[in-house]
Amino acid sequence: MKAIRIIAKRELKSYFDSLMAYVMIVLFLGFTGFFTWLAADANIFDIQVASLQVFFQIAFWTLFFFIPALTMRSFAEEIRSGTIEYLMTKPVSDWQLVMGKYLSVFILIVISLLLTLPYYITVASIGDIDHNEVWTGYLGLLLMSAAYISIGIWVSSISNNQIVAILVALVIGILFQLIFYIMASNISGWIGNTLYYLSFRPHYESITRGVIDSKDIIYFLSIVFVGLLATELTLAKRKFN
Amino acid sequence: MDIVVEQLTKTYGAQKAVDDISFKVKTGEVLGFLGPNGAGKTTTMKAITTFLIPTKGNIWVGKHSVLQEPEKVKKLIGYLPENNPLYHDLPLIDYLKFVARIQGIEKEKIKERILEMIRVCGLEGEKHKKIGELSKGYQQRTGLAQALIHDPAVLILDEPTSGLDPNQIVEIRELIKRIGKEKTVILSSHILAEVEATCDRIMIINKGKIVADGSAVELRKQAQGKEIIKTTIENGKTDEIFTALQEIGSVETVDFIERGKNIFEVQSKPEHTSRRDIFKLCVEKGWTLTELSPIETKLEDVFRHLTLK
Repeated sequence: MKAIRIIAKRELKSYFDSLMAYVMIVLFLGFTGFFTWLAADANIFDIQVASLQVFFQIAFWTLFFFIPALTMRSFAEEIRSGTIEYLMTKPVSDWQLVMGKYLSVFILIVISLLLTLPYYITVASIGDIDHNEVWTGYLGLLLMSAAYISIGIWVSSISNNQIVAILVALVIGILFQLIFYIMASNISGWIGNTLYYLSFRPHYESITRGVIDSKDIIYFLSIVFVGLLATELTLAKRKFN
Repeated sequence: MDIVVEQLTKTYGAQKAVDDISFKVKTGEVLGFLGPNGAGKTTTMKAITTFLIPTKGNIWVGKHSVLQEPEKVKKLIGYLPENNPLYHDLPLIDYLKFVARIQGIEKEKIKERILEMIRVCGLEGEKHKKIGELSKGYQQRTGLAQALIHDPAVLILDEPTSGLDPNQIVEIRELIKRIGKEKTVILSSHILAEVEATCDRIMIINKGKIVADGSAVELRKQAQGKEIIKTTIENGKTDEIFTALQEIGSVETVDFIERGKNIFEVQSKPEHTSRRDIFKLCVEKGWTLTELSPIETKLEDVFRHLTLK
């Protein structure tokens, strides 16, 4: 656990030192803030409802693009520059290394989301907000981010090129986000059902609607686990060359 | 802490990088790996540090096998990889702090250890710079500092003096020698003088196999076998001297080094020395002997001889 913390801390520090974290947070707050408060026709004052639905929609898509941008360097850069050799010959297991890298990005996303709490407080003070809907909305974003980060980290471990890493992560993201869902509506039978089950949307929507079903939570956590496991195996495989 | 390598084989695809090698290194020994590029030095070192898993064979560091207990092995080793890949955007102090923490050094001792390493590796003036801003020599020292920070029992140094200037090379060699007295050190190099200066034992590797193993003196002797003497004789006829030298009982062959100046290369028969006989011959004939010096086989020659086969 200690090793995980040390690695996560260093990673997080390097996100902030390289200004990457600041840029991400500012852009994230900028996008979501603009559409929630200022954009014509859709902002809170225009729709006259004390709800954060617009914010959650925008936050969802912003994270969809931001997470691969954060995870793309995590292993790819270490592999490219060779620093992975120093890391992997230190007394940490591959699993601790993967967890450390994973947590650093997750913490960054949590920080970004915490910074949007003033939106919630503001809206809650000007109208009658559905508190339950807000909390499940945040829970949905967190679970979805957790799954995306895990996919992103894995993709980053299979390549030494950051551009490849971000593109592949986005493609896999779109598969889970849209393609599986669209295919599921055209294919019947068990294949269709499987694709429907695999796509993010039904799980995410049911959580954000306020229904916290253990099935949906298990779905996201399984993706996290499979992604992390795949990363660990990819790292271990390098030693066999 | 002893390192025992047992029948280590590592293949990359169809190519055998290391082919069934076994050896043992004892505490207090500095072993130098010598060999042409691609001989398998780095692969062997990477296998000891657990960065590569052997295709066949096993490696023991103390009582721990790299296959069964890689975590424990890693704790015992300080490793400086070939290209010394460091985080260039990190300040030197922060990097050493990170390594110290990950090596599990107690919190109260971290500061003390870092200062010690900065002193030992001569990094005082550079400690607040980012690693990327350091010159190659200082980066190399940073690599050495991070390898030594947890006071490991075993040091694996892959070309530790590459990129250093001559003064720094001497300093680093001294440092390695000093450290090597109580630790087990394996270093690789293709600079022969360096290996000769720092290592108690030299192992020449070629095409994945060990072709020679011993101290510098032993290796030279092994390669030389016969005594070779450079002889210069003045005031005598070249051809006459040449024939007379050939007739000496202990001499096997005579060759010219410089014909005009009467400089000869005299090779003795195995287990014989011909120096006395040459001297006596000159006295008899009334020639002036101005030079009689043994030609030492250079380690370079041993190396070329063994690796060009």
